[in-house]
Amino acid sequence: MPQKHIPIPEKSELKLGFIPLIDCCVLVAAKEQGFFDKYGLSVSLSREASWANIRDKVCVGALDGAQMLAGMSIATTLGLGFTKKPMVTSFSMNLNGNAITVSNGLYERLLNVDAEIETDPNRSAQALKQLIEQERVDGKPAISFAMVYPYSNHNYELRYWMASAGIDPDKDVELRVIPPQYMVDNLKDGVIDGFCVGEPWNSAAIKKGVGHLITSGYQIWNNSPEKVFGVTRQWAGNNPNTHLSIVMALIEAAAWIEDLQNRHEFAEVLADNRYIGIDADIIRSSLAGEFTNANSGNARQIGDMHVYHRYLSNFPWCSHACWIISQMYRWGQLQDVIDIKQIAEAVYRPDVYRLAATQLGILYPSFNYKDEGGHGANWAMQDGNQSFDMGADSFMDGVTFDPDNIVSYLSGFSINHCDIELAQLEKLNC
Amino acid sequence: MSKEKQQLNIMLIDELPERSMAMEKLLTNLGHKIVATVSAGEDLAGMVNRYSPDIIIIDMDSPDRDTIEHMQSISAEKPRPIVMFTNDDDSNTIQKAVKAGVTAYVVDGMHPNRVMPILDTAMARFNEYQAIRNELEKTRNTLEERKLIERAKGIVMKQTNQDEEAAFKSMQQTAMSRNMKLVELARSIIAAAELLK
Repeated sequence: MPQKHIPIPEKSELKLGFIPLIDCCVLVAAKEQGFFDKYGLSVSLSREASWANIRDKVCVGALDGAQMLAGMSIATTLGLGFTKKPMVTSFSMNLNGNAITVSNGLYERLLNVDAEIETDPNRSAQALKQLIEQERVDGKPAISFAMVYPYSNHNYELRYWMASAGIDPDKDVELRVIPPQYMVDNLKDGVIDGFCVGEPWNSAAIKKGVGHLITSGYQIWNNSPEKVFGVTRQWAGNNPNTHLSIVMALIEAAAWIEDLQNRHEFAEVLADNRYIGIDADIIRSSLAGEFTNANSGNARQIGDMHVYHRYLSNFPWCSHACWIISQMYRWGQLQDVIDIKQIAEAVYRPDVYRLAATQLGILYPSFNYKDEGGHGANWAMQDGNQSFDMGADSFMDGVTFDPDNIVSYLSGFSINHCDIELAQLEKLNC
Repeated sequence: MSKEKQQLNIMLIDELPERSMAMEKLLTNLGHKIVATVSAGEDLAGMVNRYSPDIIIIDMDSPDRDTIEHMQSISAEKPRPIVMFTNDDDSNTIQKAVKAGVTAYVVDGMHPNRVMPILDTAMARFNEYQAIRNELEKTRNTLEERKLIERAKGIVMKQTNQDEEAAFKSMQQTAMSRNMKLVELARSIIAAAELLK
């Protein structure tokens, strides 16, 4: 990629945080493949134990920036979840990467309801609904699921999947937070019956034969946004060139790790204890989209399980932020009436991405919002004289999301724990 | 609350057994009771429910921090203060971070004379926060109640052809004669109207 000029960073010694999950690979590749070096950045990567630590350390400056759940950058800006500090992101790290895995026991019970649950997330969700009702009559304890953080897409995807079949995730099942690396053991020990987590933990469960992957985040919402690179607004304001340099390095790293051959080789690096600390084979097959159950031998291929650069995936779409905010309302997490687009635009900053893309000589879209859910297959997005190859963006229930009509989108859900007056939200968002 | 030193039921979450043993000894000597020591990957939610600790002390480097935070945010009936400890070199900055939060403090090192004030402050800050939260909850409920009464009044006006004032008065009288709160009456009026729809 040709560069016009390389900005001189205000700060060149940086400490960036990550959580041991496969999608930290963009940060690791930027460091290990020399993309940070290229921009004069000397980066140390700090493996963090919890999302709460990431949030707090970025907020107080113990970390310059970090891999973050997309929802976390918004939640922290809004003051949801213990800390309030304006955050920004100019780089979306990846699309997809999550899946829902259930215990062998729950899998068998679901199969008794419908033998074809794995073909379609609607069928697995409906089978779960039927099973819940049946077991309630039989007086059995509630089925329990785990996710990794309240303001995560894992939580929103799991809830979306359940609610689409009429399951109320706050009443009909028990829902709890368990850290990713403890999911498999908790599933094995029968503490939980299923989970929604990022890779490699679904792969680890099915390779050990303790569970079955029944649906992926991709099937719930094709090419949904996942992690972002987040910094505080204050840090971004004080270090504009450094921020720009990081985004440039990350775009290049993401393009590099998108290549299947590079992924194949890089799995060994990611497997290291400094990074993810799990067998390279598990990482390698996940990155290739291959999922094979150790017990049954059942194999499935999920082609777009990990998208790091294709489909304009690094662009911070303000419409993605709007969708996340809509889910915060839907599940009663956000109880203030806000101007949704204003917050989306305060946190998601495509301007820095565009600057980075210009420097790198790559094309970028001229608008910040797009509708979601209208494309069941890959498509070409026209933007003036430009055309972009985009991925499918369907939701499992066929509902579409228009960022200009969030209130009617919200009122369309029958399972809904929205805790505000929609009329008031409409006033601020029309 | 009495000023007397109360015995606290404490839950310890730490991945390093040596450190948690030292902590346990220290806290026991101070007259507190360790109800459970949890190591990595155990059923944390189950343990918290079973042992019902007054306070949870968690290692900052434990991934379980996310679980505890979540339980804190959803358990309306019985939230517990959390204290974090760390031997991190960046503990100063983290201390600032958690001070900005509500119930989390860092125990920096394990000197007995430092641990107790931190636990005390955490409890005090936590109780203060709970008081604010309860107050907010009350305000919220009052608003909610007022809305219900308004709705019921609307129904009475429509059904009895009374004006607003008269409708309100008859609701008040009925509530008084039945020894009910006005909001309870409003709820039953609304429920009855919905049945008749």
